[in-house]
This record gives sequence, C-alpha cells and structure tokens, in this order.
Amino acid sequence: MKLFLTHNIDTKDLHSIKVYKKQGGYGSLEKAFAKKPDEIVQMVKDSGLRGRGGAGFPTGLKWSFLAKDVFPRYLACNADESEPGTCKDRVLLQKNPHLLIEGMILCAYACQIETAYIYLRGEFYDLAEIMDKALEEAYEAGYLGANILGSGMNLEMYTHLGAGAYICGEESALLNSLEGMRGEPRLKPPFPAVEGLYGKPTVVNNVETLCAVVPIMNEGPEAYAAVGTEKSKGTKLVSVSGHVKKPGNYEIPMGLPTRDLIYDLAGGIRDDNELKAWIPGGSSVPMLPASLVDTPYDYEAIAAAGSMLGSGALIVMDHTTNVVEEALRLAGFYMHESCGKCTPCREGTRWLHQILSDIHLKKGKESNIALLEDICDNMSFKCFCPLGDAAVAPVISSIQNFREDYEELLNLAKAGTAS
Amino acid sequence: MFTFSESSEKQIEKIMKKYPVKRSAILPLLALAQRQDGYITPEAMVEIGKRIDCSPAYVQSVCSFYTMFYTKPVGKYVIQFCINISCHLLGCDDLLEYTANKLNIKVGETTADNKITLLKEECLAECSAAPVMRLNDTYHTNLTREKIDQILDSLD
Repeated sequence: MKLFLTHNIDTKDLHSIKVYKKQGGYGSLEKAFAKKPDEIVQMVKDSGLRGRGGAGFPTGLKWSFLAKDVFPRYLACNADESEPGTCKDRVLLQKNPHLLIEGMILCAYACQIETAYIYLRGEFYDLAEIMDKALEEAYEAGYLGANILGSGMNLEMYTHLGAGAYICGEESALLNSLEGMRGEPRLKPPFPAVEGLYGKPTVVNNVETLCAVVPIMNEGPEAYAAVGTEKSKGTKLVSVSGHVKKPGNYEIPMGLPTRDLIYDLAGGIRDDNELKAWIPGGSSVPMLPASLVDTPYDYEAIAAAGSMLGSGALIVMDHTTNVVEEALRLAGFYMHESCGKCTPCREGTRWLHQILSDIHLKKGKESNIALLEDICDNMSFKCFCPLGDAAVAPVISSIQNFREDYEELLNLAKAGTAS
Repeated sequence: MFTFSESSEKQIEKIMKKYPVKRSAILPLLALAQRQDGYITPEAMVEIGKRIDCSPAYVQSVCSFYTMFYTKPVGKYVIQFCINISCHLLGCDDLLEYTANKLNIKVGETTADNKITLLKEECLAECSAAPVMRLNDTYHTNLTREKIDQILDSLD
C-alpha cells in the first residue's frame, strides 16, 4: 500500500532534524524554489489534495483565492485537534514535526507568506515543546528566517497555544483567538483568504493537509493523484477508536472499504462482538449502521451513504451500545463547547441535551422524538457557524438509523409510569 | 500585587516578538501567569492588561472564555479526565468515579490537602488510546483501575 505521510513515521528520532534530513527531509525546498510560486499552487491543485481538517475543500483552490497583491499575508496551521475521535494530527506533530515545517515552508513559498503560526490546542503543551525544538533546529539549519537557502524567501514561523475551546478549530474562531480575542467565529464572507489574520489574506490549513504538500512536491502531483479514487485523491490518516481490537491511527488510500479498516487494520470488533454503529469522520458527522460497512472510505462514497468523511475519525460501536447514550454524550459536548454567540446553537444544544437526558433516564415521552427532530430542524443551517450543524448530526442520525434504541428507552419509561 | 518572575520575563520578551499586535500575546501571558501561581488572579489580569494595552475587564472576558484558565486555586496536580465518546465507549465513567472515590472528592473538587484537583474534560485528542487523562502536562493513556492506582500513588 502506497503511503505518503507515515511510511517512515516509526524511524527512531525522526523528530530530530538530523534523522529527518537523512530520510530526505527538506529535499523538496530546492525543487520548489526552482519553480514560480503559482506553479506550486497549480501542482497542489493537480494533486487533488483536499483539506484534511474536516471540510474537504480543495487545497490548491483555497490557496488561489488569496486576495491579489495584498501583503503581508499569513499562514495559520490548524493544530487545534479537538474533534471527538480525532487524534491523527498529534502523531504527525509528535513524531514528524519537520514534515509539517517543510509543508508550511512550501505553502508559504507558493502563497508568498512571510509569517506563519502553528495554532495548537492548549492541551498539546508537550507537542508544542517538540514543535518549538524542531523550529529551533530549522532556523539553525537555514530553512527558516531570512533568505532561505539563498532563494530570497523570508519566513518566520511560531507556535501558539490555545487554552481549551473546541470552537477554535473553526478557522475564523481560530484567527480571533490568535488575535487575542474570545474564540468566537466570524461572519463569512469575507473568507480568511481575503480578510483573515489581522485583516490580511490568510491561509488556514490543517496539519495533515500541509504535511501532504511535501510528498506532492517530491513525487509529483500525478503520483499523489494516482492513489485514491476519482475525486478523493491520495491517502488519509484515520484515527480508529471505540470498540475495536486494535485502535490506532492508520494511513489508508482513499476509497478503501470501511470494512477493511475496521476488520483488517483495526483487528475487528472487541470480543468478536457484532458491529452496530460507526461514525466515519468525528463526532460532528452522522452515524451510520453496520449494514453500510462496505462503504468505501472516501469523501463521495461516505457522503452518498449519508454521512461525511470529516476529520477522518472512525468511531466504532458494538452491539452492546445503546446509541442514545452516545448521542447524549455528544449532546453534552456540544452544549459545553457552544460559544454562546448565536441563539439557535446556544439554546438548541441545551434543549437537545436535556431531552436526550430525560430519554436516557427513562423519563422520556413518546412526543420527545418529534421534539428532538423539530429542534434539530430549527438549528440546521440556521446557526452562525458549523458547530450547530455538528451538534445536530449525531441526534438526527441516531433517530434515523437506530430508532429502536430510543423506543426501547421510551417503552421502559412508559412501563415505569404505568407500574 | 502580581509580578512576573525573572524567568517569566525572559519568556515574555520572546512571546511579544511573535506577533505584530500586542493583544495576540494574551493567551500566552495568561498561561504564563497560571504556570507561575497555579491560577490567574485579578491582579495578574491587571498586569497582563498593561503589557498588551488592554483593560483588565477585557483580559477577564478573554480569560473566562477558555476552560484551561483557572481563576480559583487548584491543587498541585490537576487531573483532566476525558469523558467524551471514545473514552466513554471504553468505560471512562467507571474510572472517573473510581478516581473520585479514591481521592474522596467529587468531580470538580480539590483534595483537602490541596494536592489534587479532579476535573472532567472534553475530548483530549488521544482517542485511539482511550480511556485517557491528562495529569498537569502529561497524558496517561489506556487507563485501568490499576494504572490509576499506580499514577496516584506515585504523586508526592
């Protein structure tokens, strides 16, 4: 299986620049500097790379949207990994920090950026230390700073730690946080490519996305695009968690059947139990039933199955799970993480949590399901940012696909009232 | 009265150079104040406000947005226990209750000797090694009751 990101991840001391360089690290820079910035953007477009943070937007296209001739421009790497189930970026940050730095240099060159920030969630304090050490090494080696490798390119790169707020993974909230404000999302448009950090054109990309630019530069966009499906190119780093025998982060070619991911790579369901439900791309996407486990793991196929690839976090639940309990857990999460800026999200997440809580405690009423659906309808596409839609996904999908779990609890509530 | 220590001042010098706008230093400065005193006092907010040309009220409004900033004293050790879905599927509720009982406190409280604060936390992004907790800056993964015993017993 062709891997682009993790083929050498277990090399001892890969995090040090010495070992990284021995593995060919930073070799893409001279190749890039021999080309014009626009050519690099075109290569990334040709590779078919799409944003690995959750939205799946074509990366090269995003770069090409930067406001023309407006400077300075900024790059913000989104390392605020907070989507429940997702722990893939941490592997890259921890074990291969120079890959990220190299990818960010390529992006900065392509987009004519001279200042870049790596926004890490506050809990990643230890990973920020690793990144800082790697940055120091990169400066010493002349890959960062003024006139990089004699190319005339200048780039300063810094880490920045958040302090505990899921919403800061949303790109405009991340920029507000980086500007020293509460991490509330901004109205879009203007998009960050036009008015981003400090009001200047800004690229915001996920860790995995930026890392993928390095193999695209080294091996060529054709080699990258040769892996995967027609519209989902390359490989995806997937975090598998929950009821599997071998949870872990697995890099797979896009389009691999989800069954292979769960039963081969992740070793199958614990205790050889039956698969009941799976969430393909982190808690913010609809959960799917076991009957759809042959769905290829790529953007289009998972969308056709009724969900989203999201951040690439596959959460697996076996037949012992009551899905309502997990939907409740996630409702609690979104209630906690709603920033409070807009009413449908602030109020809606609380209502969802309260009603699910009643149902879970066997105090629900039959009318509760319709009420949940109504609240979800009043939140979907009516919230200020995607957090509201994310909060709706586990609730609606669990009602659609696992209604029997709700009915079981509602029947128990009925029996309890009757006795 | 709050003052940054000499070593904090050295770090502040580096932090301020990172950003074209002083206000961007607010999270790093709050984090630094918390590392120094264990939590963030109103006096620290006043001092931080001076450094970044913002009012103390502004500093407080930002501080209150982020859950990792404590505005009340916490224990020498802070345990952040993940309760989100991947950890929940693998029994974190039982382990959290076990930890609370062992420490003889409720979740959200600090032990009487001010040694350990136990908090529940949303996803810590180490889901494929669930259940997970963070003890100060260190992650502990694949938790079991035995592991929790060992970790708690090892704290001085």
